[in-house]
Amino acid sequence: MFPNKATVEALEDAAHMAEVQGRSLWGDARERFFKNRAAVVSLVVLICIAAFGFLGEFVAQWERDFVDFSLMGANATQGVPSFETGHYFGTDASGRDLFARVVQGTRISLMVGVVGALVAVVVGTLYGATAGYFGGRIDGIMMRTVDVLMSIPFMFVLILMLVIFGRSLFMLFLGIGLISWLDMARIARGQTLTIKNKEFVEVAFATGVHPLKIILRHIVPNLLGIVIVYATLLVPSMIIFESFISFLGLGVQEPNTSLGALISEGNKNVGNGTPWQLAFPLFFFVITIFAFFFVGDGLRDALDPKDR
Amino acid sequence: MSTILSVRDLSVTFDVRKPGSWPWTAPNKLHAVSQMSFDLEAGQCLGVVGESGSGKSTLARAIVGTVPSSNGVIDFEGHDLAAMNPAQRRVHRRDVQMIFQDPLAALNPRMTVGEIIAEPLVTHEPGTSKAERKKRVQELMEKVGLLPNLINRYPHEFSGGQCQRIGIARALIMKPKLLICDEPVSALDVSVQAQVVNLLMELQRDMGLSMIFIAHDLSVVKHISDQIIVMYLGRQMEMAAAETLTTRPEHPYSQALISSVPIPDPALEKARVRPILEGELPSPLAPPSGCVFRTRCPKLQASCAAALPVFEDVGGGHFVACPFHAAEDVLAATA
Repeated sequence: MFPNKATVEALEDAAHMAEVQGRSLWGDARERFFKNRAAVVSLVVLICIAAFGFLGEFVAQWERDFVDFSLMGANATQGVPSFETGHYFGTDASGRDLFARVVQGTRISLMVGVVGALVAVVVGTLYGATAGYFGGRIDGIMMRTVDVLMSIPFMFVLILMLVIFGRSLFMLFLGIGLISWLDMARIARGQTLTIKNKEFVEVAFATGVHPLKIILRHIVPNLLGIVIVYATLLVPSMIIFESFISFLGLGVQEPNTSLGALISEGNKNVGNGTPWQLAFPLFFFVITIFAFFFVGDGLRDALDPKDR
Repeated sequence: MSTILSVRDLSVTFDVRKPGSWPWTAPNKLHAVSQMSFDLEAGQCLGVVGESGSGKSTLARAIVGTVPSSNGVIDFEGHDLAAMNPAQRRVHRRDVQMIFQDPLAALNPRMTVGEIIAEPLVTHEPGTSKAERKKRVQELMEKVGLLPNLINRYPHEFSGGQCQRIGIARALIMKPKLLICDEPVSALDVSVQAQVVNLLMELQRDMGLSMIFIAHDLSVVKHISDQIIVMYLGRQMEMAAAETLTTRPEHPYSQALISSVPIPDPALEKARVRPILEGELPSPLAPPSGCVFRTRCPKLQASCAAALPVFEDVGGGHFVACPFHAAEDVLAATA
């Protein structure tokens, strides 16, 4: 019997068919994330806030360090938020345009949060994955180092650093970077311990892949999900941390400012009939943190669908 | 025919510490594999059988090198793999590849099939161009019975049998000389098992592979192997040609093992008398003195506890580790 011509053709077609694009786990997660309304709205809000922080300068009518001496002492009456004067958010206690100040504060707060989270993701993940993968004595030494660093009261060290080396933005970034990766290293190590016993890691080892490549190719991509979630939740806590430092008057230095510093200042002047000095920075602060938390929640649900 | 792999006195022990013990107290030794010696001829398939916990997988991992051996020689084409440092050994890994039991767990879920199969190629021949790599991956996919246009798919989009084929393709892309299959079919259902076993036999013939095939299903091992080793508690009990071992087993443990294979005929199955092994596998932390099988052996003698039985040739390359293998009715005589 002749083979069915149609069958043969179908088989040949199949062999030369266009390559089928697979659905990666990342693609699935992306789809789940975009189905989560709260997370998507929060993401949009975050993008708007970032745009406000980085592009708001061009909308502001006043330079952020221009002191309007004519407003001194008359803030409560003449510094009110209005479109006519160009002070959209009113003025602060020194007669500076609050809109421009909030723009800068938002930008710096976001940067502090993102830099802290980035350091945590890069340093913490690699450090934790390395410790977990090699295990044994290396793991012991690396993780005990983390324990020692964690046992130092960091608020105290940061305050000392800021006092001794001067209060600069760089010092603040350095201080926050120094602490933020510790927790991440622990999380990454714990995850690595479970992943490294999976068979695909053993296969890679048996194939002769270099240990560092195993970490980068097989371990890190598989723990990235949890790392990303933790990082998005870390950003707001970094912002809160920075705000607290600034609230104490140790963080960002004048003429620069951050949301924490603005809130602190607004808080001091709340009795002078200028509630907008507290309200606007506080509004942006709360909105930013809420949005980050919702995005983080959405990412967790999307990347770890079994955990819901 | 030449010997490709020659294992002598291979032992693998693990240190086991009681949780909460001091770091300086001596750990207990777990004897996973003890004094294994065998040869594998090029192009042949060696089956390894034994119940769970008998050290089959540890033996495979010691040969592949994911578990360090504590003693003995693994002579692969004149090089002692056991004595190499990690960097030297990495070079030799291209010639010895392994297929694992759980097909899905052995594939990285974040990588596409193409990336997974090409990984050994990227590792050992980093200069290969992208197009060349893709061509070789697709050729191999076709060879193991996967449609080459699925190259960009991810492991979770495949069935168990397909995943095992991906694993086989990955193991074969470097054209290894020795392929170690650690229960490659036990996680698959029976119809797929047959396909995978036949694929392996076909590939072995086409590529001149030498194989070590581990399973606890004797009928599968018998089908694919030339030689079979029976393991019990980390030691070899019997070694013979597949046909000899399955029809005329000499060691009481092999006899029990072979009689446990069901016969696909209810009448015969019912009529069969079979020695039933009682008890459990003893702990490998404290193996019995003398013959490790003596605690469950139907032919137990007083002398069994005294010394390790010699792994002796009873004729025609048939090795048995039991001095009483010929005595059919020792038990009856002493009783």
